[in-house]
Amino acid sequence: MNQSAQALAAYPVDEPVVKPATAAIKLQVEGIHKRYGEHEVLKGVSLNARHGDVISLIGASGSGKSTMLRCINFLEQPDAGVITLDGISIEMRQGRAGTRAPHQDQLQNLRTRLAMVFQHFNLWSHMTVLENITMAPRRVLGVSAAEAEKRARMYLDKVGLPGRVADQYPAFLSGGQQQRVAIARALAMEPEIILFDEPTSALDPELVGEVLKVIQTLAEEGRTMLMVTHEMGFARQVSSQVLFLHQGRVEEHGDARILDHPNSERLQQFLSNRLK
Amino acid sequence: MIELFQQYGLAYLFSDGTGLSGVAMTLWLFIISVVFGFFLSIPLALARVSEHVWLRWPVEVYTYLFRGTPLYIQLLICYTGLYSLEVVQDNALLNQFFRNALNCTLLAFVLNTCAYTVEIFAGAIRNIPHGEIEAARAYGLHGWRLNLFVVVPAALRRALPAYSNEMILMLHATSLAFTATVADILKVARDANAETFLTFQAFGIAALLYMLLSFALVGLFRLAERRWMRFLVPTRG
Repeated sequence: MNQSAQALAAYPVDEPVVKPATAAIKLQVEGIHKRYGEHEVLKGVSLNARHGDVISLIGASGSGKSTMLRCINFLEQPDAGVITLDGISIEMRQGRAGTRAPHQDQLQNLRTRLAMVFQHFNLWSHMTVLENITMAPRRVLGVSAAEAEKRARMYLDKVGLPGRVADQYPAFLSGGQQQRVAIARALAMEPEIILFDEPTSALDPELVGEVLKVIQTLAEEGRTMLMVTHEMGFARQVSSQVLFLHQGRVEEHGDARILDHPNSERLQQFLSNRLK
Repeated sequence: MIELFQQYGLAYLFSDGTGLSGVAMTLWLFIISVVFGFFLSIPLALARVSEHVWLRWPVEVYTYLFRGTPLYIQLLICYTGLYSLEVVQDNALLNQFFRNALNCTLLAFVLNTCAYTVEIFAGAIRNIPHGEIEAARAYGLHGWRLNLFVVVPAALRRALPAYSNEMILMLHATSLAFTATVADILKVARDANAETFLTFQAFGIAALLYMLLSFALVGLFRLAERRWMRFLVPTRG
Protein backbone atom coordinates (compact mmCIF):
# COMPACT_ATOMS: atom_id res chain seq x y z
CA MET A 1 0.00 0.00 0.00
CA ASN A 2 1.39 3.36 -0.95
CA GLN A 3 0.13 5.52 1.88
CA SER A 4 2.53 8.43 1.70
CA ALA A 5 2.24 8.89 -1.99
CA GLN A 6 -1.53 8.88 -1.83
CA ALA A 7 -1.62 11.32 1.03
CA LEU A 8 0.83 13.62 -0.60
CA ALA A 9 -0.64 13.57 -4.05
CA ALA A 10 -2.20 16.90 -3.15
CA TYR A 11 1.11 18.55 -2.33
CA PRO A 12 3.26 20.28 -4.86
CA VAL A 13 6.72 18.72 -4.88
CA ASP A 14 9.11 21.57 -4.38
CA GLU A 15 12.56 21.91 -2.91
CA PRO A 16 12.94 20.93 0.74
CA VAL A 17 12.84 23.76 3.24
CA VAL A 18 16.23 25.12 4.24
CA LYS A 19 15.80 27.66 6.98
CA PRO A 20 18.65 29.88 8.11
CA ALA A 21 19.76 28.95 11.65
CA THR A 22 19.77 32.45 13.02
CA ALA A 23 16.89 32.53 15.51
CA ALA A 24 17.63 32.00 19.20
CA ILE A 25 17.49 28.49 20.58
CA LYS A 26 14.03 27.86 21.97
CA LEU A 27 14.28 24.33 23.24
CA GLN A 28 17.41 22.46 24.02
CA VAL A 29 17.42 18.74 24.70
CA GLU A 30 20.72 17.33 25.84
CA GLY A 31 21.89 13.80 26.42
CA ILE A 32 18.58 12.12 27.13
CA HIS A 33 18.91 8.59 28.43
CA LYS A 34 15.96 6.32 29.07
CA ARG A 35 15.94 2.68 30.01
CA TYR A 36 13.14 0.22 30.72
CA GLY A 37 14.70 -2.41 32.94
CA GLU A 38 17.59 -3.93 31.04
CA HIS A 39 16.65 -2.31 27.76
CA GLU A 40 18.17 1.09 27.07
CA VAL A 41 15.80 2.86 24.68
CA LEU A 42 17.60 6.19 24.48
CA LYS A 43 21.38 6.36 24.73
CA GLY A 44 22.00 10.07 24.94
CA VAL A 45 20.06 11.96 22.30
CA SER A 46 20.16 15.73 21.89
CA LEU A 47 18.51 18.34 19.74
CA ASN A 48 18.21 22.09 19.49
CA ALA A 49 15.03 23.72 18.30
CA ARG A 50 15.15 27.34 17.21
CA HIS A 51 12.09 29.49 16.97
CA GLY A 52 10.16 28.45 13.84
CA ASP A 53 11.95 25.13 13.47
CA VAL A 54 10.03 22.10 12.26
CA ILE A 55 11.99 19.08 13.41
CA SER A 56 11.09 15.60 12.20
CA LEU A 57 12.16 12.59 14.19
CA ILE A 58 12.31 9.57 11.94
CA GLY A 59 13.49 6.02 12.38
CA ALA A 60 12.33 2.44 12.46
CA SER A 61 9.87 1.35 15.14
CA GLY A 62 11.76 0.77 18.36
CA SER A 63 14.39 3.37 17.50
CA GLY A 64 13.21 5.50 20.44
CA LYS A 65 11.75 8.44 18.56
CA SER A 66 8.39 8.45 20.34
CA THR A 67 10.08 7.91 23.69
CA MET A 68 12.29 10.89 23.01
CA LEU A 69 9.30 13.10 22.25
CA ARG A 70 7.56 11.88 25.40
CA CYS A 71 10.65 12.60 27.48
CA ILE A 72 10.56 16.23 26.38
CA ASN A 73 7.31 16.91 28.27
CA PHE A 74 8.07 14.27 30.88
CA LEU A 75 5.30 11.84 30.03
CA GLU A 76 8.29 9.55 30.38
CA GLN A 77 10.86 10.44 33.02
CA PRO A 78 14.30 10.50 31.40
CA ASP A 79 16.98 8.75 33.45
CA ALA A 80 19.54 11.37 32.49
CA GLY A 81 19.68 14.49 30.42
CA VAL A 82 18.60 18.11 30.53
CA ILE A 83 15.63 19.87 28.94
CA THR A 84 16.07 23.61 28.59
CA LEU A 85 13.29 25.94 27.47
CA ASP A 86 14.20 29.57 26.75
CA GLY A 87 17.46 29.15 28.63
CA ILE A 88 15.87 27.75 31.78
CA SER A 89 16.63 24.12 32.54
CA ILE A 90 14.11 21.86 34.21
CA GLU A 91 15.44 20.96 37.60
CA MET A 92 15.43 17.25 38.29
CA ARG A 93 14.96 15.96 41.80
CA GLN A 94 15.78 12.63 43.22
CA GLY A 95 12.40 10.99 43.75
CA ARG A 96 11.43 7.83 45.55
CA ALA A 97 13.15 4.56 44.68
CA GLY A 98 15.94 6.36 42.88
CA THR A 99 13.74 7.78 40.12
CA ARG A 100 14.36 11.30 38.95
CA ALA A 101 11.39 13.61 38.87
CA PRO A 102 11.13 17.14 37.53
CA HIS A 103 10.31 20.06 39.80
CA GLN A 104 6.50 20.19 39.88
CA ASP A 105 6.02 23.93 39.23
CA GLN A 106 8.55 23.94 36.43
CA LEU A 107 6.94 20.86 34.93
CA GLN A 108 3.51 22.53 34.95
CA ASN A 109 4.97 25.61 33.36
CA LEU A 110 6.66 23.52 30.66
CA ARG A 111 3.50 21.56 29.91
CA THR A 112 1.41 24.68 29.41
CA ARG A 113 3.95 25.90 26.85
CA LEU A 114 4.37 22.61 24.98
CA ALA A 115 1.17 21.14 23.58
CA MET A 116 1.03 17.56 22.42
CA VAL A 117 -0.87 15.80 19.65
CA PHE A 118 -1.04 12.04 20.11
CA GLN A 119 -1.08 9.11 17.72
CA HIS A 120 -4.42 7.90 19.07
CA PHE A 121 -5.81 11.45 19.48
CA ASN A 122 -6.52 10.88 23.19
CA LEU A 123 -9.46 13.23 23.18
CA TRP A 124 -11.52 13.10 26.34
CA SER A 125 -14.32 10.89 25.11
CA HIS A 126 -16.92 12.04 27.63
CA MET A 127 -16.57 15.67 26.61
CA THR A 128 -17.91 17.36 23.50
CA VAL A 129 -15.49 18.75 20.97
CA LEU A 130 -15.96 22.22 22.42
CA GLU A 131 -15.35 20.99 25.96
CA ASN A 132 -12.24 19.16 24.79
CA ILE A 133 -10.78 22.32 23.35
CA THR A 134 -11.76 24.70 26.17
CA MET A 135 -10.80 22.36 29.03
CA ALA A 136 -7.09 23.07 29.43
CA PRO A 137 -7.25 26.80 28.59
CA ARG A 138 -9.95 27.23 31.24
CA ARG A 139 -8.74 24.88 33.94
CA VAL A 140 -5.00 25.24 33.51
CA LEU A 141 -4.43 28.69 32.03
CA GLY A 142 -7.44 30.26 33.77
CA VAL A 143 -8.95 31.70 30.58
CA SER A 144 -12.60 32.75 30.96
CA ALA A 145 -15.30 30.46 29.55
CA ALA A 146 -16.34 32.99 26.91
CA GLU A 147 -12.78 33.65 25.78
CA ALA A 148 -12.00 29.91 25.70
CA GLU A 149 -15.04 29.25 23.55
CA LYS A 150 -14.10 32.06 21.19
CA ARG A 151 -10.64 30.57 20.84
CA ALA A 152 -12.05 27.08 20.37
CA ARG A 153 -14.31 28.15 17.52
CA MET A 154 -11.50 30.06 15.89
CA TYR A 155 -9.16 27.06 15.96
CA LEU A 156 -11.87 24.65 14.86
CA ASP A 157 -12.28 26.86 11.85
CA LYS A 158 -8.53 26.90 11.37
CA VAL A 159 -8.28 23.09 11.26
CA GLY A 160 -11.11 23.11 8.74
CA LEU A 161 -13.94 21.74 10.84
CA PRO A 162 -17.46 23.16 10.60
CA GLY A 163 -18.84 24.87 13.69
CA ARG A 164 -21.54 22.22 14.15
CA VAL A 165 -19.02 19.58 15.28
CA ALA A 166 -18.44 21.66 18.42
CA ASP A 167 -21.32 19.97 20.23
CA GLN A 168 -20.55 16.44 19.11
CA TYR A 169 -18.70 13.78 21.03
CA PRO A 170 -15.39 12.55 19.60
CA ALA A 171 -16.71 9.03 18.99
CA PHE A 172 -19.12 10.42 16.42
CA LEU A 173 -16.32 11.84 14.28
CA SER A 174 -13.97 10.22 11.78
CA GLY A 175 -10.35 9.65 12.74
CA GLY A 176 -9.20 12.55 10.61
CA GLN A 177 -11.74 14.85 12.23
CA GLN A 178 -10.75 13.65 15.70
CA GLN A 179 -7.09 14.34 15.03
CA ARG A 180 -7.95 17.80 13.74
CA VAL A 181 -9.92 18.42 16.95
CA ALA A 182 -6.83 17.28 18.84
CA ILE A 183 -4.75 19.80 16.89
CA ALA A 184 -7.30 22.51 17.70
CA ARG A 185 -7.04 21.48 21.35
CA ALA A 186 -3.27 21.96 21.14
CA LEU A 187 -3.58 25.32 19.38
CA ALA A 188 -6.07 26.60 21.97
CA MET A 189 -3.27 26.50 24.54
CA GLU A 190 -1.43 28.96 22.27
CA PRO A 191 1.70 26.91 22.86
CA GLU A 192 5.24 27.90 22.01
CA ILE A 193 6.04 24.45 20.69
CA ILE A 194 3.74 21.68 19.44
CA LEU A 195 4.80 18.05 19.78
CA PHE A 196 3.29 15.63 17.26
CA ASP A 197 3.60 11.94 18.12
CA GLU A 198 2.94 10.07 14.86
CA PRO A 199 -0.16 12.17 14.16
CA THR A 200 -1.29 10.20 11.12
CA SER A 201 -0.24 6.64 12.01
CA ALA A 202 -3.63 5.63 13.39
CA LEU A 203 -5.58 7.04 10.46
CA ASP A 204 -7.07 5.33 7.44
CA PRO A 205 -4.99 6.17 4.37
CA GLU A 206 -7.66 8.37 2.84
CA LEU A 207 -7.79 10.51 5.99
CA VAL A 208 -4.04 11.15 6.26
CA GLY A 209 -4.05 14.00 3.77
CA GLU A 210 -6.52 16.22 5.61
CA VAL A 211 -4.43 16.07 8.79
CA LEU A 212 -1.11 16.62 7.02
CA LYS A 213 -2.59 19.64 5.29
CA VAL A 214 -3.41 21.22 8.65
CA ILE A 215 0.08 20.49 9.97
CA GLN A 216 1.58 21.96 6.83
CA THR A 217 -0.39 25.16 7.33
CA LEU A 218 0.97 25.40 10.87
CA ALA A 219 4.51 24.84 9.60
CA GLU A 220 4.09 27.62 7.06
CA GLU A 221 2.95 29.98 9.82
CA GLY A 222 6.37 29.57 11.38
CA ARG A 223 5.28 27.59 14.41
CA THR A 224 7.93 25.63 16.25
CA MET A 225 7.10 21.96 15.98
CA LEU A 226 8.63 18.59 16.80
CA MET A 227 7.15 15.71 14.91
CA VAL A 228 7.62 11.97 15.08
CA THR A 229 6.52 10.72 11.71
CA HIS A 230 6.60 7.93 9.17
CA GLU A 231 5.50 10.23 6.35
CA MET A 232 8.87 10.72 4.63
CA GLY A 233 7.53 12.81 1.79
CA PHE A 234 5.82 15.12 4.24
CA ALA A 235 8.89 15.35 6.48
CA ARG A 236 10.98 16.26 3.45
CA GLN A 237 8.59 19.02 2.59
CA VAL A 238 8.06 20.78 5.91
CA SER A 239 11.13 20.02 8.04
CA SER A 240 13.90 22.45 8.77
CA GLN A 241 15.75 19.66 10.60
CA VAL A 242 15.55 15.92 10.36
CA LEU A 243 16.83 13.58 13.04
CA PHE A 244 17.25 9.95 12.11
CA LEU A 245 17.26 7.77 15.19
CA HIS A 246 18.66 4.28 15.24
CA GLN A 247 18.74 2.09 18.34
CA GLY A 248 18.47 5.02 20.73
CA ARG A 249 21.07 7.24 19.10
CA VAL A 250 20.90 10.06 16.59
CA GLU A 251 22.41 8.32 13.59
CA GLU A 252 22.11 11.24 11.22
CA HIS A 253 21.08 14.86 11.66
CA GLY A 254 20.71 17.57 9.09
CA ASP A 255 18.21 19.57 7.10
CA ALA A 256 15.56 17.97 4.93
CA ARG A 257 18.12 17.30 2.19
CA ILE A 258 19.45 14.28 4.05
CA LEU A 259 16.26 12.49 3.02
CA ASP A 260 17.31 12.83 -0.60
CA HIS A 261 21.03 12.40 0.00
CA PRO A 262 21.53 10.32 3.12
CA ASN A 263 25.12 10.08 4.31
CA SER A 264 24.91 7.13 6.65
CA GLU A 265 24.38 3.65 5.38
CA ARG A 266 21.59 3.06 7.88
CA LEU A 267 19.54 6.01 6.72
CA GLN A 268 20.07 4.89 3.12
CA GLN A 269 18.81 1.46 4.08
CA PHE A 270 15.91 2.87 6.06
CA LEU A 271 14.79 5.07 3.20
CA SER A 272 15.18 2.44 0.52
CA ASN A 273 13.13 -0.01 2.58
CA ARG A 274 10.15 2.33 2.42
CA LEU A 275 7.87 2.88 -0.48
CA LYS A 276 8.29 6.41 -1.62
CA MET B 1 -59.50 -4.47 52.44
CA ILE B 2 -61.19 -1.07 52.59
CA GLU B 3 -60.69 -1.02 56.33
CA LEU B 4 -57.03 -1.67 55.75
CA PHE B 5 -56.78 1.38 53.52
CA GLN B 6 -58.79 3.51 55.89
CA GLN B 7 -56.76 2.50 58.88
CA TYR B 8 -53.28 2.26 57.37
CA GLY B 9 -53.38 4.20 54.10
CA LEU B 10 -51.76 7.26 55.57
CA ALA B 11 -49.22 5.19 57.49
CA TYR B 12 -48.23 3.35 54.32
CA LEU B 13 -47.61 6.61 52.54
CA PHE B 14 -46.58 9.29 54.91
CA SER B 15 -47.19 9.31 58.63
CA ASP B 16 -48.26 6.91 61.35
CA GLY B 17 -49.24 9.75 63.67
CA THR B 18 -45.96 9.79 65.61
CA GLY B 19 -43.65 10.67 62.73
CA LEU B 20 -42.59 9.79 59.20
CA SER B 21 -43.59 6.32 58.09
CA GLY B 22 -44.11 4.13 55.06
CA VAL B 23 -43.01 5.48 51.69
CA ALA B 24 -41.81 8.76 53.20
CA MET B 25 -39.58 6.96 55.71
CA THR B 26 -38.28 4.52 53.12
CA LEU B 27 -37.42 7.40 50.81
CA TRP B 28 -35.75 9.25 53.64
CA LEU B 29 -33.59 6.23 54.49
CA PHE B 30 -32.80 5.71 50.84
CA ILE B 31 -31.94 9.31 49.98
CA ILE B 32 -29.76 9.91 53.03
CA SER B 33 -27.94 6.61 52.42
CA VAL B 34 -27.20 7.18 48.76
CA VAL B 35 -26.40 10.89 49.06
CA PHE B 36 -23.89 10.37 51.86
CA GLY B 37 -22.70 7.15 50.25
CA PHE B 38 -22.14 8.93 46.94
CA PHE B 39 -20.13 11.86 48.27
CA LEU B 40 -18.06 9.69 50.61
CA SER B 41 -17.36 7.14 47.92
CA ILE B 42 -15.75 9.55 45.44
CA PRO B 43 -12.67 10.43 47.52
CA LEU B 44 -12.53 6.84 48.79
CA ALA B 45 -12.63 5.47 45.22
CA LEU B 46 -9.76 7.80 44.28
CA ALA B 47 -7.86 6.51 47.31
CA ARG B 48 -8.76 2.95 46.32
CA VAL B 49 -6.92 3.30 42.98
CA SER B 50 -4.09 5.40 44.40
CA GLU B 51 -0.54 4.28 43.87
CA HIS B 52 0.18 4.99 47.53
CA VAL B 53 -0.31 1.86 49.62
CA TRP B 54 -1.14 3.83 52.76
CA LEU B 55 -4.10 5.43 50.96
CA ARG B 56 -5.26 2.33 49.14
CA TRP B 57 -4.97 -0.24 51.86
CA PRO B 58 -7.36 1.20 54.51
CA VAL B 59 -10.06 1.62 51.86
CA GLU B 60 -9.51 -1.93 50.69
CA VAL B 61 -9.97 -3.19 54.25
CA TYR B 62 -13.12 -1.09 54.65
CA THR B 63 -14.80 -2.29 51.45
CA TYR B 64 -13.73 -5.86 52.18
CA LEU B 65 -15.34 -5.72 55.63
CA PHE B 66 -18.62 -4.18 54.49
CA ARG B 67 -18.98 -6.22 51.34
CA GLY B 68 -17.94 -9.36 53.16
CA THR B 69 -20.67 -9.29 55.80
CA PRO B 70 -24.46 -9.21 55.54
CA LEU B 71 -26.11 -5.82 55.90
CA TYR B 72 -28.40 -7.27 58.56
CA ILE B 73 -25.44 -8.07 60.79
CA GLN B 74 -23.97 -4.61 60.17
CA LEU B 75 -27.31 -3.14 61.22
CA LEU B 76 -27.45 -5.28 64.35
CA ILE B 77 -23.94 -4.24 65.31
CA CYS B 78 -24.72 -0.55 64.76
CA TYR B 79 -28.09 -0.71 66.49
CA THR B 80 -27.50 -3.00 69.45
CA GLY B 81 -23.85 -4.04 69.37
CA LEU B 82 -22.19 -0.66 69.62
CA TYR B 83 -24.57 0.63 72.28
CA SER B 84 -23.68 -2.30 74.52
CA LEU B 85 -20.08 -1.06 74.67
CA GLU B 86 -19.20 1.01 77.74
CA VAL B 87 -17.10 3.41 75.70
CA VAL B 88 -20.16 4.38 73.73
CA GLN B 89 -22.44 4.71 76.73
CA ASP B 90 -19.92 6.79 78.66
CA ASN B 91 -19.41 9.31 75.89
CA ALA B 92 -22.30 11.78 75.91
CA LEU B 93 -22.19 12.42 72.19
CA LEU B 94 -21.93 8.79 71.14
CA ASN B 95 -24.54 7.83 73.70
CA GLN B 96 -27.00 10.30 72.25
CA PHE B 97 -26.26 9.24 68.67
CA PHE B 98 -26.52 5.50 69.15
CA ARG B 99 -29.59 5.65 71.35
CA ASN B 100 -31.58 6.75 68.31
CA ALA B 101 -32.67 3.80 66.14
CA LEU B 102 -32.87 5.91 63.00
CA ASN B 103 -29.30 7.18 63.45
CA CYS B 104 -28.01 3.62 63.83
CA THR B 105 -29.91 2.44 60.78
CA LEU B 106 -28.71 5.32 58.63
CA LEU B 107 -25.12 4.78 59.74
CA ALA B 108 -25.24 1.10 58.78
CA PHE B 109 -26.89 1.87 55.41
CA VAL B 110 -24.47 4.69 54.52
CA LEU B 111 -21.40 2.59 55.35
CA ASN B 112 -22.79 -0.38 53.43
CA THR B 113 -23.82 1.36 50.23
CA CYS B 114 -20.68 3.47 50.30
CA ALA B 115 -18.51 0.34 50.32
CA TYR B 116 -20.21 -1.05 47.21
CA THR B 117 -20.19 2.33 45.49
CA VAL B 118 -16.46 2.74 46.15
CA GLU B 119 -15.78 -0.48 44.26
CA ILE B 120 -18.08 0.52 41.39
CA PHE B 121 -16.43 3.94 41.01
CA ALA B 122 -12.93 2.54 41.47
CA GLY B 123 -13.62 0.04 38.70
CA ALA B 124 -14.87 2.84 36.45
CA ILE B 125 -11.75 4.89 37.16
CA ARG B 126 -9.58 1.95 36.14
CA ASN B 127 -11.58 1.68 32.92
CA ILE B 128 -10.83 5.20 31.74
CA PRO B 129 -8.60 4.87 28.66
CA HIS B 130 -5.02 5.46 29.74
CA GLY B 131 -4.42 7.87 26.87
CA GLU B 132 -7.08 10.27 28.16
CA ILE B 133 -5.36 10.57 31.53
CA GLU B 134 -2.03 10.99 29.78
CA ALA B 135 -3.45 13.76 27.59
CA ALA B 136 -4.77 15.53 30.68
CA ARG B 137 -1.31 15.37 32.25
CA ALA B 138 0.34 16.56 29.06
CA TYR B 139 -1.94 19.59 29.10
CA GLY B 140 -0.92 20.54 32.61
CA LEU B 141 -3.70 19.02 34.70
CA HIS B 142 -2.50 17.27 37.83
CA GLY B 143 -3.50 16.56 41.40
CA TRP B 144 -7.05 17.59 42.35
CA ARG B 145 -7.66 19.39 39.04
CA LEU B 146 -6.94 16.21 37.12
CA ASN B 147 -9.36 14.30 39.36
CA LEU B 148 -12.09 16.94 39.46
CA PHE B 149 -12.13 17.89 35.79
CA VAL B 150 -11.24 14.65 34.03
CA VAL B 151 -11.07 11.50 36.15
CA VAL B 152 -14.25 11.84 38.23
CA PRO B 153 -16.59 13.05 35.42
CA ALA B 154 -15.30 10.32 33.09
CA ALA B 155 -15.63 7.62 35.76
CA LEU B 156 -19.10 8.61 37.01
CA ARG B 157 -20.55 8.46 33.52
CA ARG B 158 -19.05 5.06 32.86
CA ALA B 159 -20.28 3.86 36.26
CA LEU B 160 -23.93 4.82 35.70
CA PRO B 161 -25.35 1.37 34.78
CA ALA B 162 -23.62 -0.43 37.66
CA TYR B 163 -24.42 2.41 40.02
CA SER B 164 -28.13 2.40 39.14
CA ASN B 165 -28.17 -1.28 40.00
CA GLU B 166 -26.61 -0.58 43.40
CA MET B 167 -29.23 2.13 44.02
CA ILE B 168 -32.09 -0.28 43.37
CA LEU B 169 -30.53 -2.91 45.61
CA MET B 170 -30.10 -0.24 48.28
CA LEU B 171 -33.75 0.81 47.99
CA HIS B 172 -34.78 -2.75 48.65
CA ALA B 173 -32.22 -3.14 51.42
CA THR B 174 -33.87 -0.31 53.36
CA SER B 175 -36.62 -2.80 54.18
CA LEU B 176 -34.27 -4.18 56.85
CA ALA B 177 -34.89 -1.00 58.82
CA PHE B 178 -37.99 -2.48 60.42
CA THR B 179 -35.72 -4.74 62.50
CA ALA B 180 -34.46 -1.60 64.21
CA THR B 181 -38.03 -0.39 64.84
CA VAL B 182 -37.84 2.22 62.07
CA ALA B 183 -41.31 2.73 60.59
CA ASP B 184 -40.54 2.14 56.91
CA ILE B 185 -42.94 0.54 54.40
CA LEU B 186 -42.32 -2.98 55.65
CA LYS B 187 -42.79 -2.03 59.30
CA VAL B 188 -46.19 -0.51 58.47
CA ALA B 189 -47.12 -3.66 56.54
CA ARG B 190 -46.17 -5.88 59.47
CA ASP B 191 -48.19 -3.77 61.86
CA ALA B 192 -51.16 -3.83 59.48
CA ASN B 193 -50.85 -7.60 59.15
CA ALA B 194 -50.63 -8.15 62.88
CA GLU B 195 -53.71 -6.02 63.45
CA THR B 196 -55.98 -7.16 60.64
CA PHE B 197 -54.63 -10.62 59.62
CA LEU B 198 -55.07 -9.54 55.99
CA THR B 199 -51.60 -10.95 55.28
CA PHE B 200 -51.71 -11.04 51.50
CA GLN B 201 -53.13 -7.56 51.19
CA ALA B 202 -50.88 -6.01 53.85
CA PHE B 203 -47.66 -7.30 52.30
CA GLY B 204 -49.02 -7.01 48.76
CA ILE B 205 -49.45 -3.27 49.21
CA ALA B 206 -45.90 -3.03 50.53
CA ALA B 207 -44.55 -4.95 47.52
CA LEU B 208 -46.49 -2.71 45.15
CA LEU B 209 -45.08 0.41 46.80
CA TYR B 210 -41.49 -0.85 46.52
CA MET B 211 -42.14 -1.74 42.90
CA LEU B 212 -43.43 1.75 42.09
CA LEU B 213 -40.39 3.32 43.74
CA SER B 214 -38.09 0.99 41.76
CA PHE B 215 -39.80 1.90 38.49
CA ALA B 216 -39.40 5.58 39.25
CA LEU B 217 -35.72 4.99 39.98
CA VAL B 218 -35.18 3.01 36.79
CA GLY B 219 -36.88 5.78 34.84
CA LEU B 220 -34.67 8.43 36.40
CA PHE B 221 -31.56 6.46 35.54
CA ARG B 222 -32.72 5.95 32.00
CA LEU B 223 -32.98 9.72 31.65
CA ALA B 224 -29.56 10.14 33.25
CA GLU B 225 -28.00 7.61 30.90
CA ARG B 226 -29.53 9.30 27.90
CA ARG B 227 -28.06 12.57 29.04
CA TRP B 228 -24.62 11.49 30.25
CA MET B 229 -23.76 8.34 28.35
CA ARG B 230 -24.53 9.55 24.87
CA PHE B 231 -20.81 9.83 24.21
CA LEU B 232 -20.37 6.07 24.36
CA VAL B 233 -23.03 5.02 21.83
CA PRO B 234 -22.29 6.55 18.45
CA THR B 235 -24.63 4.22 16.56
CA ARG B 236 -27.67 5.41 18.45
CA GLY B 237 -26.86 9.10 17.99
